[in-house]
Amino acid sequence: MTAAAATTTVSTVRHRPAWAIPAIAVGLVVAYFLVLTFVLSLNPQTSAAAPQIAIQQVANALSIGAIYALIALGYTMVYGIIELINFAHGDVFMMGAFFAVLFAGVGAGSVPGLLHLNGPVENVPLLVLYIAATLAVVMPITGLLNLTIERVFYRPFRGASRLAPLITAVGVSFILQNVALVVFGSGDRNSPQIFPLSWRVDVFGASVPVLNFVILFIALALMFVLQTFVRRTRLGRAMRATALDQQASKLMGVDVNQTIALTFAIGGALAGAAGVVWGYNFGFVRQDLGFNAGLKSFTSAVLGGIGNITGAVLGGFVIGFIENFAASLGLTRWAEFSVFMALTLVLIFRPAGILGQQVGERA
Amino acid sequence: MSATPSVEAEKTGKVEAPNSPRLGEWRTRIRAFTQAHRSWTIVIGMAIGSVVLFFWAAFPPFSFVQGQNTWISGFVNAGVFILLALGLNIVVGFAGLLDLGYAAFFAFGAYLYAFGASPFTHLHLPFLLLLVGGAVVAAVFGIALGAPTLRLRGDYLAIVTLGFGEIVPIVFLNAEKYTQGTNGIGGVDRPNIFGYEFPGIDQTAYYVLMTIVVTIVLILVYRLLDSRIGRAWAAIREDELAAAANGINTVTTKLAAFALGATTAGFAGVLNASKLTIVDPTQFQFQVSFVVLAMIVLGGMGNPFGVAVGAFVLYNIQNVLLKQLNAVTDNLNIPILQDIDFVKFQFLLFGIALVLMMMFRPEGLIPSQRRRQELHSAEADSEADLEALAPDAGEVAL
Repeated sequence: MTAAAATTTVSTVRHRPAWAIPAIAVGLVVAYFLVLTFVLSLNPQTSAAAPQIAIQQVANALSIGAIYALIALGYTMVYGIIELINFAHGDVFMMGAFFAVLFAGVGAGSVPGLLHLNGPVENVPLLVLYIAATLAVVMPITGLLNLTIERVFYRPFRGASRLAPLITAVGVSFILQNVALVVFGSGDRNSPQIFPLSWRVDVFGASVPVLNFVILFIALALMFVLQTFVRRTRLGRAMRATALDQQASKLMGVDVNQTIALTFAIGGALAGAAGVVWGYNFGFVRQDLGFNAGLKSFTSAVLGGIGNITGAVLGGFVIGFIENFAASLGLTRWAEFSVFMALTLVLIFRPAGILGQQVGERA
Repeated sequence: MSATPSVEAEKTGKVEAPNSPRLGEWRTRIRAFTQAHRSWTIVIGMAIGSVVLFFWAAFPPFSFVQGQNTWISGFVNAGVFILLALGLNIVVGFAGLLDLGYAAFFAFGAYLYAFGASPFTHLHLPFLLLLVGGAVVAAVFGIALGAPTLRLRGDYLAIVTLGFGEIVPIVFLNAEKYTQGTNGIGGVDRPNIFGYEFPGIDQTAYYVLMTIVVTIVLILVYRLLDSRIGRAWAAIREDELAAAANGINTVTTKLAAFALGATTAGFAGVLNASKLTIVDPTQFQFQVSFVVLAMIVLGGMGNPFGVAVGAFVLYNIQNVLLKQLNAVTDNLNIPILQDIDFVKFQFLLFGIALVLMMMFRPEGLIPSQRRRQELHSAEADSEADLEALAPDAGEVAL
């Protein structure tokens, strides 16, 4: 116990001033806004209202980026702690989206819904209550799901060769996807958009849905809680210590298995939250949702520097911008292509990511 | 350590000497022959196996299920998967690199054939030229994809290949002008070898061609396994750092695995396109990569024979057994069984099979000796390490 308390100043990242990260974030948003305005003004069809369209698109990009960032946190924490790409993580997010439909909506496939909501809820306190209740129900379930996956499928491989757990992770992803297919059916399933899309605010002459701000707020709040947890609490310190050196942490009295389980639970809960807000934003859920979202979120985690929590959040927003940029130019079909090109380019030129440090290659 | 299993195998082989001396003599002779002439063993084995399967398909129990020609057509499709599995086995089984976008190379072979021999481009190049061309194009893309990423940690490769496997069909889908998008390129030429035009309904010619290609690839793969580069792959797979310290150029060796693995996928792509006579993006989705991975894991990673058998069996389970199961249960009057669509469950079953195999028998059903040792010794080693370091670390609470 006393030994664990001695490892207080665990820090892998070089020191930055406290305002650096918010400054980078704001800088990114402004930069994306300027680029988008410029590009839109080149097109005669959009040039008249270029700044307004750009503001709307930035808001869209921030919502989708927030979702990717929430999922990316699970990838980055798990990779940081046991160096495993948890391929099933994207599917945990998909399950979260389905659980939200089951809890609040009319159900999916042969499974009936619980609250049978089907459309916008205009009453503000009731709406807040519903959203909070959905998050409070879905997050523990997906957390538990991810924890179970770790306990059943990954823990037996602790310390074994790296190929075996990776292949197992792919298999688990496939199992989750096909369980969803069998239980909930194929194709788009309706998700209740309980947040009224008609609520809009005026931002510098552009009409932006309030939902975009709500999603951003929920995501940032969860990230703040996570950051505080990892930085300030005893368990958070155990997580950082385990990520740094598993064997040394074990010798210092950290219960490594419990810490890893906790990491999976937190990652799963965040993915569940992402699934809930996904439903509000897009109004549909599908069993293969997790595959693409997972791939993009992993790209976000790599972009930000794998193992780095702040980096994953920034990476999520950058991926949101890249995807949105392609869509804003009317090239929606090429959005995924551009995201994966970004991944490949990052891996070639800056494999450690935006905020990551150059770490030695492990054989 | 590494010498013990082969010695043990020999010992046990001698212990269970057969009762009849003449049979024993033949067995030793055959074993001596197979060890001395492995390539000829493969040729003879494939020849016997393919002839037996060909005729047996017309008799029970095969004939109860479906007609001979349907069986032969299925065997040809299974051959496509055998080729894919043998190629992926080079990357995953030999070199230990996880490639999750393997279907992309399959797509390159198929589209090259569609471009080279279809009314869409008005080109009708010779089949054999395109067979080689498809393999070369796939290999070039294998190098192009591998070069930037192979310097990185192994699991980054998995995700990059996954992304690559995802965008290649998207590109073929979106580039409508050149690929006709979702419709695909239809009316692709059937093979024409030295003036012999393959018939459309009778699949015998495809069967013979497929047997020949699979035989050649099997021989090459076995020879690769024992070559200088095969040993280099094994060294990298077991310990990359030690391999590099011993003078193996890890980047070029991994690239070679990637390129050679892609080559086989190119063959498979050309053969598949020429058989189906249509190429469209849905043929190359992630499911294909996943199924091929399941085939090599089930068959026995690193052992070409096991992998080929795994591919053949799994393909037939997927495309014959599950469908027949549906037909059988539909006729039975058991309400629950009637409602189950077994084909719908196929990927779920594959996922479960893959995970169970990795957990309980990671070396596969027909394992390679060396791979089995690696997969089991790694666990023992690391546990021993931890025990030595901290005998009671696990019990200390936080």
